[in-house]
Amino acid sequence: MPDTIPGDSVGLVTPQTIQFDAPLTLDCGRTLPGYQLIYETYGELNAARSNAVLICHALSSDHHAAGYHSTEDRKPGWWEACIGPGKPIDTDRFFVVCPNNLGGCKGSTGPLTINPDTGKRYGPDFPIVTVGDWVRSQAQLADRLGIERWAAVIGGSLGGMQALQWAIDHPQRLRHSIVIAAAPKLSAQNIAFNEVARQAIMSDPDFHAGRYYEHDTVPRRGLMLARMLGHITYLSDESMRKKFGRELRQGKINYGFDVEFQVESYLRYQGRSFVERFDANSYLLMTKALDYFDPASKTGGDLAAALKPVQAHFLVISFTSDWRFAPARSREMVKALTEGDNPVAYAEIEAHQGHDAFLMPIPQYLKVFRAYMERVAEETNR
Amino acid sequence: MSALRPDLEIIDHWIAPRSRVLDLGCGDGTLLRHLRENKQVESYGLEIDDDNIARCIKAGVNVIQMDIDAGLSDFDADSFDYVVMSQTLQAVQHPDRILDEMLRVGREGIVTFPNFGHWLNRLQITFGGRMPLTRVLPEPWYQTPNIHLCTLRDFEQLCHAKGIEILQRKVVNSAHRTGPLMHLLPNLFAEIALYRFRRG
Repeated sequence: MPDTIPGDSVGLVTPQTIQFDAPLTLDCGRTLPGYQLIYETYGELNAARSNAVLICHALSSDHHAAGYHSTEDRKPGWWEACIGPGKPIDTDRFFVVCPNNLGGCKGSTGPLTINPDTGKRYGPDFPIVTVGDWVRSQAQLADRLGIERWAAVIGGSLGGMQALQWAIDHPQRLRHSIVIAAAPKLSAQNIAFNEVARQAIMSDPDFHAGRYYEHDTVPRRGLMLARMLGHITYLSDESMRKKFGRELRQGKINYGFDVEFQVESYLRYQGRSFVERFDANSYLLMTKALDYFDPASKTGGDLAAALKPVQAHFLVISFTSDWRFAPARSREMVKALTEGDNPVAYAEIEAHQGHDAFLMPIPQYLKVFRAYMERVAEETNR
Repeated sequence: MSALRPDLEIIDHWIAPRSRVLDLGCGDGTLLRHLRENKQVESYGLEIDDDNIARCIKAGVNVIQMDIDAGLSDFDADSFDYVVMSQTLQAVQHPDRILDEMLRVGREGIVTFPNFGHWLNRLQITFGGRMPLTRVLPEPWYQTPNIHLCTLRDFEQLCHAKGIEILQRKVVNSAHRTGPLMHLLPNLFAEIALYRFRRG
């Protein structure tokens, strides 16, 4: 943590957990007998309970969206750029809720949880969860928090897909949906990257068909490779060139296979540190949730038809150098929304940071995001 | 309610209440906001400029950041009552194609543009031998966004060739006022032209 907490940070935060005893039937047909969600909140819920916003997280992030857990923390939550006093998601005006999704590994029920049927960790037996399942569990969280209607449901990447699903599944329960750097479904190329990541994990000899906990090991190499691959898709050619170029760690070529280029060192570091903080079975689940997401599949591929029930107003944002979910993918959503006469604003932000841009304090991005959220806040107080 | 810029005022008069409008190059969203608040008009605006996008969002306008030169393929045929293009026709890559696109997605089109046939422009070229600099066309030739300037006669000739029926025409000066000379010789005295048209 910095020596003093910046004025525009929510500061020290403590996660909370909530237990749901009612069984949850999942899209895959299986049922979770009960489950737990871990979540964080920032800001105050107003008396009318009308200023709550839900933050949905992406593939490998979690409930820790903003602030610090302790004074020892080196880094704040993953969306510190956008959440805090005076920031686009202004915690002086909004009550912000961010849960860790089902199937995660940070405290919500997932592969690391003890399976009541066996007394052992679920591991690979944890059911496949979908974006729809997440939305269902988040709606139950909203019920328990006494939030009938979100002022906004907001997310980037896989989080944006949840914000879209929310608007379809619970049209009355959100006023705004903010979908950032997302897509209405994955392309074959997106799925291909996910498959390589899964194969890297599953072919690791330490994977043990997902029961590595019982062998007291983790598929370290596989998960590391999966993350290294994923990380390449989060950056852009330009951002990698800007960050690393062809810079050599020792200033010269050594004619070997050790780390020589800075970019290699960076990727290995990203991969290694990910292994310390993420569970391989969770990673497999999250990539599957991405692959399966396709709300238009229920309407014969017609996204506009899938969006028919939608009542929320939309803000859609994309970034020019994002090739994982390129601006054209956001425009597919905008097109479907305009076809149905749904209110939507769309901003295409000039940025070189690739897919990761949605996490960064890019001035035009923050400006557009803030302008929109100010309107959401004004309605809230009306 | 604040007063509308006079040319937008004229467009406002042409647009029926509760209609659907697409505004190409909607700027800061002034017209669309006005139409929404006063005429319950449902609308989308297309805009490219970053600052304008933020202003539109602040104004609650449904703005979509895209380049009009890339076409309107994201919009289905006959999905709007009016497609408006204010002071933008002369700045697009293919004005003729944009007119087709306007009448594909909209029932009627409305455009406004600076009349290059205005006497002051003619004078500056004829006697100064240089590209005109006026209140309506203030940038030098190398900085102007206006790459396809035309006169009233040019525009009407193009509409005729394309089988586009002109429903209404209004000509004004840069203060957006009209006068008897303008009515007599519009192509010589109008600084700004406004047209409403449909497929013939």
